[in-house]
Amino acid sequence: MTSVLSPSTAPSGHRVSPPPGGRSFRGRNVNASPLRGLARGLGVFSLGLGLSQLLSPDELARKAGVDDEPSSRALIRGVGVREVIHAGGLLGTNRLGFWSWTRVAGDVMDLATLGRALQGNRGRRRARTATATAAVAGVTVLDLISAVGNSMAQDEGMGAGGLHLTGAVTVNRPREEVYRFWHRFENLPTFMYHLESVSITGDRRSHWRAAGPLGRSVEWDAEIVDDRPGEYISWHSMPGSGVVNAGSVRFTPAPGGRGTEVRVQLTYVIPGGKLGAAVAKLFGEQPEQQVGDDLRRFKQVMETGEVLRSDGSPAGHSARWQMHQREAQPLPSRV
Amino acid sequence: MRANCWMGRNRVEVQDVPDPKILNRRDAIVRITSSAICGSDLHLYDGYVPTMERGDILGHEFMGEVVEVGPGVDNLQLGDRVVVPFPIACGACLQCEAGMYSACENSNPNAGMAEKMWGHATAGIYGYSHLTGGFAGGQAQYARVPFADVGPLKIESDLPDEKVLFLSDILPTGWMGAELCEIKPGDVIAVWGAGPVGQFAIASAYLMGAERVIAIDQYEYRLRMAREKAGAETINFQETSVIETLKEMTAGRGPDACIDAVGMEAKHRVKPLNAYDRVKQAFRLETDRPHALREAVLACRSGGIVSVIGVYGGFVDKFPAGSWMNRSITMKTGQCHVQRYMRPLLAQVERGNIDPSFVVTHRMRLDDTPKGYETFKHKRDDCVKVVLKP
Repeated sequence: MTSVLSPSTAPSGHRVSPPPGGRSFRGRNVNASPLRGLARGLGVFSLGLGLSQLLSPDELARKAGVDDEPSSRALIRGVGVREVIHAGGLLGTNRLGFWSWTRVAGDVMDLATLGRALQGNRGRRRARTATATAAVAGVTVLDLISAVGNSMAQDEGMGAGGLHLTGAVTVNRPREEVYRFWHRFENLPTFMYHLESVSITGDRRSHWRAAGPLGRSVEWDAEIVDDRPGEYISWHSMPGSGVVNAGSVRFTPAPGGRGTEVRVQLTYVIPGGKLGAAVAKLFGEQPEQQVGDDLRRFKQVMETGEVLRSDGSPAGHSARWQMHQREAQPLPSRV
Repeated sequence: MRANCWMGRNRVEVQDVPDPKILNRRDAIVRITSSAICGSDLHLYDGYVPTMERGDILGHEFMGEVVEVGPGVDNLQLGDRVVVPFPIACGACLQCEAGMYSACENSNPNAGMAEKMWGHATAGIYGYSHLTGGFAGGQAQYARVPFADVGPLKIESDLPDEKVLFLSDILPTGWMGAELCEIKPGDVIAVWGAGPVGQFAIASAYLMGAERVIAIDQYEYRLRMAREKAGAETINFQETSVIETLKEMTAGRGPDACIDAVGMEAKHRVKPLNAYDRVKQAFRLETDRPHALREAVLACRSGGIVSVIGVYGGFVDKFPAGSWMNRSITMKTGQCHVQRYMRPLLAQVERGNIDPSFVVTHRMRLDDTPKGYETFKHKRDDCVKVVLKP
């Protein structure tokens, strides 16, 4: 018998299917924003280093314990040009993962050069070169952290000018019911707090209105792209909408009668200018958090009928507001 | 209305606050007739539970009369007399369906906060910090009760408040502590903490067929209550080594199960050991002082059960993981799933098998609550349980 799940141990009358193939699962990268800060910081560092290499190569050669010959001066100027290019990429684009990797490559070149100098040098110059090597090695570690972290975030679509959000929740209701509630897009504002209203305007069309900054609304039209009853809905904004976005929700039965697994993906293209700022504002500092909040409220609405309020959190669950708790006392009468 | 508010460490004040209102369809408003101070309220009072806000109304053990119901509550009438369980539970999520009401997935509006601290969120609890929802508590004249169609237990008989009030928390908590021990004939059960929950754990263990129950505390008057009212043998940990004494009493086996009814603010007989955890807690290097828990693990017989019903908040250190693992000890724990036990325990009270009012030593007016906290905290005047009358 080779299989762990041998047919002979199965209850009679049931066919035993082989265990499903395992798969690796990489969760979302929750540390995306400090990593972005790190990459930008390294960009500033590149800029400073590059400029000083271009403007005073002799000074740098002395500090690193390198011979101040014309050849090494040219090498240092060359490295300076390279550093300024790193800086341009890290400060001027959103491809932070890629540009961090170019820094890592540069670090490897520098370490090789310094390593060679270390072999040739003696005495105080050797000590200086050793110090410079240690400094570069330290920066290499930071570059690696930034490169790996930001490439992962970039893979998930957080890097490049758009907002790609995912979330999942288990709802203890039958799949058809959960699907039906979501399918009525007018219901979405009951748990998606950034939406003011969604109205159905046609067969597959709807009009969405979200609360923007300073009391101004952001509006767009959307249409359903794919609709498989009980399983899947996807939609996107209509061509010409101010806010370009798309979303999908998938409903699968949770194992062993545990209800329905609901997985949501939302993508917003963040344009430049005022509109972009308004769209970004909809999601606050931690957009992933907001999708999580939406789904938690969705679960509450499906399982208990509404969003539960407390004295400390009178609006119900919201990660953004939960840091601003009011005291656990009844609200004063508004009459 | 008048309500007892947390105003900072070691400070509570009875203040005039707005009356509660219906906020959700399944809410009820209860006019409180009796309320109590719980040992776990002292953790809040002592300032060891994070996320308290100045002005929070305390209290999670209360009962009263229904004076208002939301449109989603169809099983309660105005005038019904109810005991309110301390965990707020929706009755519809997977946890509630499994009877794990204190882990309800829908009753904590600050679930995100709790997830950061505990990995996953737990149920909302009245008057018990913002980690558990930021709900106003029941040391007040009125309280709002969410999911009132699920939690409150109607009392139809004319049993006085003091015999049924503790169905809200401490009687079911003590009962669950004993139930987790899976008591079999001949079992010896040791209970750390002879406070009200410990007293009920002792009584429950006997009702479940324990051969001997041994109570451990440092206050003689509490040990006396454990001997005289609950029938336990007792050890005063200030006078003797608990682990050695338990070995002696069980001829070397150790208790078959140990109940920690103490929690995060335990004390130790050996002063430097006590000071060690006290200092770490003061500097927030650990949030909880787990002397009772450590001792319970070390004392338990190999293959036995350690049942933890004393409250812990965050992190402990020097946990004897080696003893726990190598000696096949099972640890079982949880905030009590009160809704699961209220009805069967009410039946036990009605039949006269248990009269929980024996723990009450102090009765006070709501306005005297601050005095009640001081008396209870410093164990003055042989205080075991304070009941408040609004």
